[in-house]
Amino acid sequence: MARVVAVTGNEAVAEALRQVNPDVSSAYPITPATDIMQRFTGFVSNGKVKTEMILVESEHSAMSGCIGASAAGGRVMTATSSQGLALMWEELFIASGTRLPIVMALVNRALSAPLNIHGDHSDGMGARDCGWIQLWSENAQDAYDNTIQAFRIAEHMDLRLPAMVCLDGFIISHSIERIEYIEDDKVKNFVGEFKNLNPLLDLEHPVSYGPLILPDYYMEYRKAHAEVMSKVAGVVLDVAKDFEKISGRKYGLFETYRLDDAEIGLVILNSAAGTSKDVIDAFREKGIKAGLLKPRLYRPFPYEEVGNALKHLKAVCVLDRADAFGASYGPLFMDIASSLYTCKEKPVLINKIYGLGGRDYLPEHAGLVLDELAGIAKTGKVKTFKEYIGVRE
Amino acid sequence: MKLKGWKDVIPGAVCTEAGSALKFKTGSWRASRPKWIEDNCIQCLFCWIYCPDMAVNVKDGKMTGFNYDYCKGCGICALECPGKKGNKAIVMEEEGK
Amino acid sequence: MATPTGITLKELSKKEGLLTSGHRMCAGCGAPIIVKMVLLAAEGPIIAANATGCLEVSTCISDYTAWKIPWIHNAFENAAATLSGVETMYRSLKKQGKISKDIKFIAFGGDGGTYDIGLQSLSGAMERGHDMLYVCYDNGAYMNTGIQRSSATPFGADTTTCPAGSVIPGKTQNRKNLTKIMAAHNIPYAAQASPSHWMDLVKKVKKALSITGPKFMNILSPCNRGWRSRTDDAIMLSRLGVETCYWPLYEIEDGATKVTFKPKEKKPLVDFLKPQGRFKHLFAPENEWMLKKFQEIVDKEWESLLKSDSGRCDSKPSGKAPGAE
Repeated sequence: MARVVAVTGNEAVAEALRQVNPDVSSAYPITPATDIMQRFTGFVSNGKVKTEMILVESEHSAMSGCIGASAAGGRVMTATSSQGLALMWEELFIASGTRLPIVMALVNRALSAPLNIHGDHSDGMGARDCGWIQLWSENAQDAYDNTIQAFRIAEHMDLRLPAMVCLDGFIISHSIERIEYIEDDKVKNFVGEFKNLNPLLDLEHPVSYGPLILPDYYMEYRKAHAEVMSKVAGVVLDVAKDFEKISGRKYGLFETYRLDDAEIGLVILNSAAGTSKDVIDAFREKGIKAGLLKPRLYRPFPYEEVGNALKHLKAVCVLDRADAFGASYGPLFMDIASSLYTCKEKPVLINKIYGLGGRDYLPEHAGLVLDELAGIAKTGKVKTFKEYIGVRE
Repeated sequence: MKLKGWKDVIPGAVCTEAGSALKFKTGSWRASRPKWIEDNCIQCLFCWIYCPDMAVNVKDGKMTGFNYDYCKGCGICALECPGKKGNKAIVMEEEGK
Repeated sequence: MATPTGITLKELSKKEGLLTSGHRMCAGCGAPIIVKMVLLAAEGPIIAANATGCLEVSTCISDYTAWKIPWIHNAFENAAATLSGVETMYRSLKKQGKISKDIKFIAFGGDGGTYDIGLQSLSGAMERGHDMLYVCYDNGAYMNTGIQRSSATPFGADTTTCPAGSVIPGKTQNRKNLTKIMAAHNIPYAAQASPSHWMDLVKKVKKALSITGPKFMNILSPCNRGWRSRTDDAIMLSRLGVETCYWPLYEIEDGATKVTFKPKEKKPLVDFLKPQGRFKHLFAPENEWMLKKFQEIVDKEWESLLKSDSGRCDSKPSGKAPGAE
């Protein structure tokens, strides 16, 4: 039977990793992800997993070690956050370009400067185009479920791509929630035995990893990478179907909430979606047709599917927990705008930047945004397309 | 050689054929070529161990000549050759003469 | 394992070369000579890692790899961390019974990738006790990017980022002593070698690989492009480096230093400097003080090394490294 527990997001991710039982993990501590690896090394020290740890001296080496271990041939995972991800940046591209199915939990946190250890999406957004798969998680249950599914997706023989599972720092990583754990043997069977592809440790077939590729071939490798990204959504849905069988929980490319008949809607990632849903319920009770879309597979972004889900609305606000300095809009907004670009009928889009560096996102913020959207839907007039909310003048 | 298209490149740019660099002949880089004078050779094998291009042929522990497919003509072998009684067993000659 | 004796070139020449011809290092480069010697010294299966650099870009281009053994290049600063990952996966799979063979792990990096940008990664790997030999081929500058100064660049050298000018006469700082820095990690084995002294080099590699745990070797690697010398003088120059005591041959085994080559007559440093264009300006009358200072640096380091010389010969390594299983 599934176990119902009250745990933090980090604890849930660590439990998923224990159940998956990877061959190697290479990791470095950083708030608020530290707790995942602390708990996991506890499993290692007590013989609960077969995993060999590499307790490296930096995140750059953490990902370098993961790359070496993954190329050697075996299941590999790590976890990081914020500055740690930033320090890994070079290696993120090498992991994906080398097509290594490394799984990484990313506990989303703001980037310096100024230094801030709290939840926002600047880290994950900065790494969104590095060729990894990104699965975003609203709560601890999502984070746990996504972690287990990430191994199946990353290691799929049609893909062989690294995947990161994003969850909000502190808000999810450190808050206790009620969640359900799947039985160990079901998880073990679900992820299955690791399948090798050109492992370095195969002495009978010596391979060279990491060649210099000149202009005569570089574009072919890039095109091949771009093409494999287009297969990810299908694999994510297939894996979700199998996952439903062991968990009873449904996952898609994104979640829609009361969106089918909605006239106004919010698009929001991760934990703030929960707060937003409550406020949407309140607006529905007032007779206002509000709905929500929460992306799950953020990279590769399912543009067509998201566009189709949103095109019938009159006004949509995309809420970004990160800004893209120098760009007109936040990163999520730009993806939503792109997804609607080819639609003939489309809603008016506005963008709000919220919750940076752990600033609270409160029901009244969602309420004000929905009020504004209702006004836009009625008059077609937009006061401002992009602004920060919850910030002092 | 026909270049492969994107559908045919190996995922992750892994080279799966060990030692395939042998297909790349570097002998054309050579401006001068080593000449082996067997009579002066004491079979010390310094030329073999010091050759950066693995272009000294050795059979059964004996130097048998050069592999000009790969020899870049650096001249280390000639400089290091002790020869016999002051006479070098390897001398460099201008390529193409 | 005692120091192997009876190593002959005749016997070595019967072994399969694991780095093939067809690599694209410059004519007369020291690095492939070093790699060849290291791989010839090793027995049994080897997996190698390579930091970005001349050796890496020249030995594996598109479909052409000169490596006959499993080999991985990741980036510039992380050959040691990358190989840590490979070695750890090996240990994990071996423990699980999925691998039975014994495999040795060797990393190769230039001085830029080792003394400078890769120092942290190397230090971490050595401290963690991974079973690997890290080989630095030290040519004394960032040769791959066009001869820029590194912390291994010798005093006075003219490089493209510390060019000898009318105000600043080349590099004004002394080089870092990386071999001693690595020995300070209390690893079981650290050594310096030179391709000119092939027997000494091969013995050191054999000894290093007989020890379980982290090992480091620093090997002088002449670069005729960067040193501005002839294409045929790599061995001659590396020999002069040793004979002038610019590049002493020694090993530090379980903390005990042993100088493995003491020249009968220590040659003046200028013998090593004179054939190299990168030191040409030192021979101008106004830079005489630099030659003097450089000689003093070399003398001081050599004297200090001799003082630390235990004279211990061919002692048996303990075989245990910090953190190694």
